Amino acid sequence: MENGIITKINGPVIHAGNAKELSMHEMVYVGEEELIGEVIATRADGAVIQVYESTEGIKIGEKVKGTGGPLSVTLAPGLMSNIFDGIERPLEDMEKASGFFITRGLRVDAVDKTKKRPYEILAKAGDTVTEGQVIAQTPETDSVLHKILVPVGINGKVTFAAKNGNYNITETLIKVETENGEREINSIQRWPIKKARPAAGRMIARKPLVTGQRVIDSLFPVAKGGAAAIPGGFGTGKTMTQHQFAKWSDADIIIYIGCGERGNEMTQVLEEFKELSDPRTGKSLLDRTILIANTSNMPVAAREASIYTGVTIAEYYRDMGYDIAIMADSTSRWAEALREISGRLEEMPAEEGFPAYLSSRLAGFYERAGYFNTLCGEEGSVTIIGTVSPQGGDFSEPVTQNTKRFTRCFLALDRSLAYARHYPAIQWMTSYSEYVPDLEAWYEENAGEDFYELRTQIIRILREESELMEIVKLVGGDVLPDLQKLTLETAKVIRVGFLQQNAYHKEDTYVPVKKQREMMKTILYLYDKAKELVTRGVPVSLIREEGIFDEITLMKYNTPNDKFENAFSRYRAKTDAVIDKLRETQL
Amino acid sequence: MPIEYTKLSNIDGPLMVVEGVSGVGYNEIVEINVSDTETKTGQITAIDGDRAVVQVFEGTGDISLINTKVRPTGHPMRLNLSEEILGRVFSGVGKPIDGLGDIYTEESWAVDGSPINPVSREYPRSFIQTGISAIDVLATLIRGQKLPVFSGNGLPHDVLAAQIVRQAKITGADSGNFGIVFAAMGVKYDVADYFRRSFEESGVLSHVTMFLNLVDDPVVERIITPRAALTAAEYLAFKKGMHMLVVLTDMTAYAEALREISSSKNEIPSRKGFPGYLYSDLASLYERAGMVRGAEGSVTQIPILSMPNDDITHPIPDLTGYITEGQIVLERSINQSGIYPPINVLPSLSRLMKDGIGKGYTREDHPALSNQLFASYAKVSDVRALASVIGEDELSETDKKYLVFGREFENKFVNQDRNENRSIEDSLELGWSLLSILPREELDRLDPEVLKQHYKAQ
Repeated sequence: MENGIITKINGPVIHAGNAKELSMHEMVYVGEEELIGEVIATRADGAVIQVYESTEGIKIGEKVKGTGGPLSVTLAPGLMSNIFDGIERPLEDMEKASGFFITRGLRVDAVDKTKKRPYEILAKAGDTVTEGQVIAQTPETDSVLHKILVPVGINGKVTFAAKNGNYNITETLIKVETENGEREINSIQRWPIKKARPAAGRMIARKPLVTGQRVIDSLFPVAKGGAAAIPGGFGTGKTMTQHQFAKWSDADIIIYIGCGERGNEMTQVLEEFKELSDPRTGKSLLDRTILIANTSNMPVAAREASIYTGVTIAEYYRDMGYDIAIMADSTSRWAEALREISGRLEEMPAEEGFPAYLSSRLAGFYERAGYFNTLCGEEGSVTIIGTVSPQGGDFSEPVTQNTKRFTRCFLALDRSLAYARHYPAIQWMTSYSEYVPDLEAWYEENAGEDFYELRTQIIRILREESELMEIVKLVGGDVLPDLQKLTLETAKVIRVGFLQQNAYHKEDTYVPVKKQREMMKTILYLYDKAKELVTRGVPVSLIREEGIFDEITLMKYNTPNDKFENAFSRYRAKTDAVIDKLRETQL
Repeated sequence: MPIEYTKLSNIDGPLMVVEGVSGVGYNEIVEINVSDTETKTGQITAIDGDRAVVQVFEGTGDISLINTKVRPTGHPMRLNLSEEILGRVFSGVGKPIDGLGDIYTEESWAVDGSPINPVSREYPRSFIQTGISAIDVLATLIRGQKLPVFSGNGLPHDVLAAQIVRQAKITGADSGNFGIVFAAMGVKYDVADYFRRSFEESGVLSHVTMFLNLVDDPVVERIITPRAALTAAEYLAFKKGMHMLVVLTDMTAYAEALREISSSKNEIPSRKGFPGYLYSDLASLYERAGMVRGAEGSVTQIPILSMPNDDITHPIPDLTGYITEGQIVLERSINQSGIYPPINVLPSLSRLMKDGIGKGYTREDHPALSNQLFASYAKVSDVRALASVIGEDELSETDKKYLVFGREFENKFVNQDRNENRSIEDSLELGWSLLSILPREELDRLDPEVLKQHYKAQ
C-alpha cells in the first residue's frame, strides 16, 4: 500500500503529499528504510508525519506507506523483565540485530512469538465469555502470573477451548462465537497507545502505595491509583527518589519509563534490579519490572510516544487485577518533546514556547492513573509517579504548574537540602499530599491507631522549627528560651534521624510502616519527657550532654527491620532512665 | 558526470536556497563551487519540494546567485579515521590544518553518530584519580563519565582542565592506550595554544587529536566540531580499545552558534532565544560518553562551559546539568579569595561516584567521609550568614569551630598548587584531619565505628 510521497523534511517532522487516504494518528512507514512514523495532522495538501527515528538521509520523493491503524503496542506474555524503546521494540533484540549503536529501520517483534509457556485454560466449551474476562493463565516470570483476557469488543459463547499445556502466544486458546462470526483468541492483543483501555468503573483510592520511605509513607503518602509529582532541579535526587519508589513500593508490577534521560541510568536500573530482591516475594525485582528507555539522544518523537506506551502496558496488567506503579522520569522531557515537535510544525507557542495543548496532554496522561473495577471483576490500579525537571529549578514554570493541577501528591525536592546531602531531599514545608484523609482508615488498621496523631505532632514540630529558624538566622540560637531550644533539638532528631534515609544502608533503605510509627513514637516520647524537665527549669544542654538525642538519631541504623518492637521499648526505657536521673540531680 | 545545481534563489547569513533539486537527502553534505576558483562545503538542513536550504560551513562570502554550482555528495557529514589521527590537528569540520596531509583510510564514520543502545552500555565504575582533592573526594570522576566544568569568564577553568588531563590516572590505561581529544569551539587562539603547550609539556602531544574552531572561524563549522571530535573519540575507544578523555570547550559558544543558525532559519525560539531542541541537541553530544560491553575502551567527557553572567540557571548550564552526570562548579568569590581551584563544592556533584568509590575502588571510609564533609560544609554557610549579622564574637563555641573548619577546608583541602598531584589516600586523610576540628557529636552522618577509626580529637 502506498499513500503518499515525501515533499518536505524538517528534522523529525516530514510532509507527505498526495496522502488523502491517511487518517489522523495513523501509523505509517516512511521512506525506503520504512522508518516508523505517525500522522499528526492532515491537510488538503498532504499529511504531516512525525518520525520516530532519525530522518537523516531521507530523500524527497520517497514513499510513505499507511498501516491502516493507529500507533499500537503489542500486549502479550513476555513483556515482563524486558527493556523496550519508546515504541515497544525490545532493545536486547535490537542489539542482536545491529550491535551497540542503534541503527534505523529495525523491525523486531515486541515479544518472542516462538517461546512456549505452560498454560492453564480456565474457559470451557459452552461458557459465555465477555470482554476483559480471564480465559487462561500462564506464569510469565517467577512473580507475575499472566492472565489472558478476552479482547475488548468480543462477547459470545465458547465453541472450543484448548487443553492445559504448553503454547506459544500465537496459538489459539479458545474460539468464541460472536455476533459477527467465530473469533479465535490467542495470547496477543494490540491496543492504540493514545486511547485508555476500558474498565468497569472507577473507585476511590483507599490504600497507600507503601514505599518504605519514611518521609513519603509517614508524611506525604501516595494512594494506589493516585498520581504524584516529584519536581526538582538537577542534582536534587529525582532519579534516586524514583529508584527507591521502583525498588521498594508494594505494587505488583513496576513500569519504569526513562524518558529523555541518561543512558547510564537505564543501565544502572537493569543491573541493580537484577541483583535486588523484592522484599515481599524474595524474587528478583526485575521479575516484576518492565523498562522503557528513550534516552535523551534517541529520537525525540519516540520520547513523546514512550509515556503512552508505558501507560498502555500498565492498563493491560491492571485489567488482570494487578496494582501497577509507573515511574515516568522525566515528564519535563516529554513536555519538551511536545514543544520541539510543535516548533517544527510552526504552531503558535503559548507560555515559554510550550504549545497551548500542554496542559490538556498532561491531564490526559495523569488521568489514566486510578483505582478501578476491572472488566474481569477484580480491582486493579495504576499509580503514576512523574518527575518534573523545572528549568533553572524554578517551580513556577509551566510544566510544574500544570502538573500540580493534575496530581494530588507533590514531593518537592530542594536544592539546599541536596547540597547538604540530606536525602531524600523532599522539602517537608512545601510538599503536600491530598491523599492523607482518604488513607486514614488504612493507617489506623495497619500501622497503629495513633499513627495520624503522631504524624500531626511531627509536622507541628517541623513547622515550629522553620518559624524559629527565621529568628535564629537573625540573632543566633543561644538567645532562645530553653523550651524553643528543645523544639530545635527535637526537630534536628526528626530531620536527621527520621526524614533522612540512607538508600545504601541495609536496614535503612526500606522501613516498614509499623517501624516508622515506632520511630515517630520514640522521638516524641523523648520530646514529651524532656519538655517536662525543661518546663521545670532544667536546661536543654544538660539533657543533650547525656547523649540521648544522638542515640535516638542513630536508632535507624541499629533497629533491624524484622524484629524492632523490643529495640524501641529499650530506647524509651533509656529515655526514662536519663530523664529520671536528671530529675533527681537537678530538681 | 555528477549532477550539479546552479539555480540559487536566496542567500541569507550562512544559509542559501537551491532550487530545482531532486533526490537529495536530509542532512546530506554538498560541495559548493564558487566561480570555479573556490570550493566550500555545505549541509542540507531543510527540504521543501524542490527547494533545499543549504548551510554553508565556510560562510556565504563570495557566493552570488549566479556564480555558484552545488553538487550533492550523497552522504551525510563524514570523518576519515585511522590511528594516524593521534597527534594531528584538524579544523572544526575535520580537515587537516597542520600541513601534514590528508588521512588515507578505508574507515569513514558519520559525525552525527548513533545512539548507544542502553542495554549495551556498561555501567561506569572505575575511579579516575585526578590528584585534585576537591574532585577526587567530593565529586569523583569515573571512567566513561561526562562531568562538565561550570565556570565563568576570567576563572581558571582552562588551567583546571589541563591539570585534570595531565594528572588523570585511569584504571587500565597506560601510555599505549590512553588518548585525548581536544575540541575548541569559539575560543580564542591563546586558549587553544595554552592547551597545546600544556599537552606538549606533559609529553602527551602525540596522543592528542585536536579539532580547532577558533573564535574567528565560521560559526556554522562550530556545530560540526564537537561531533567530529566525539566521532574520533568513539572510533579510538570502541574500535581501537583506547581510553579517551575528551575536552570540549566552550559549550556556551557552541550553544550560541546553534541559536544563531536557528534564528537565521526563522525557527520558533524558546528560552532566551535558544531553539526548542537545545536539550536534544546537547544530549546528542553528551550522551556519546560511556563504555559499551564487548569493547575495551571508554569515552570520558570533560565539557567546559562559561555560565553567562555566572548564572547557573541560564539555559545552557541548566540543560547541561540535566544531561551530564554531575558538574564541577567554579565560583568567582572563591577565586577572589586566592583559592585554586576555585571549586564550590556544595553545588558540585558526581552522580556516578556512589558506585565507583569505597571498598574495592578507593577506600572503605570514602563515602561516609564525603557525605560528612558536604553536610558540615553546608552548615558553615549558615554559620557565616549568622556571623555576618550578629558578629563572630557572639557565636556559640560550636559555631566558632564551624568557622575554623570552613576556613581550613577552603585553604587546605580545596586549595592546592597547580602542579600538586595528591594521592587519594592523602586527600582522604586531609579530610579526616579537618573533620577532627569539629566536636564529635556534630558528625551526625558517620557510623560510630567509622568515627572511632578516623576521628582524631584535638
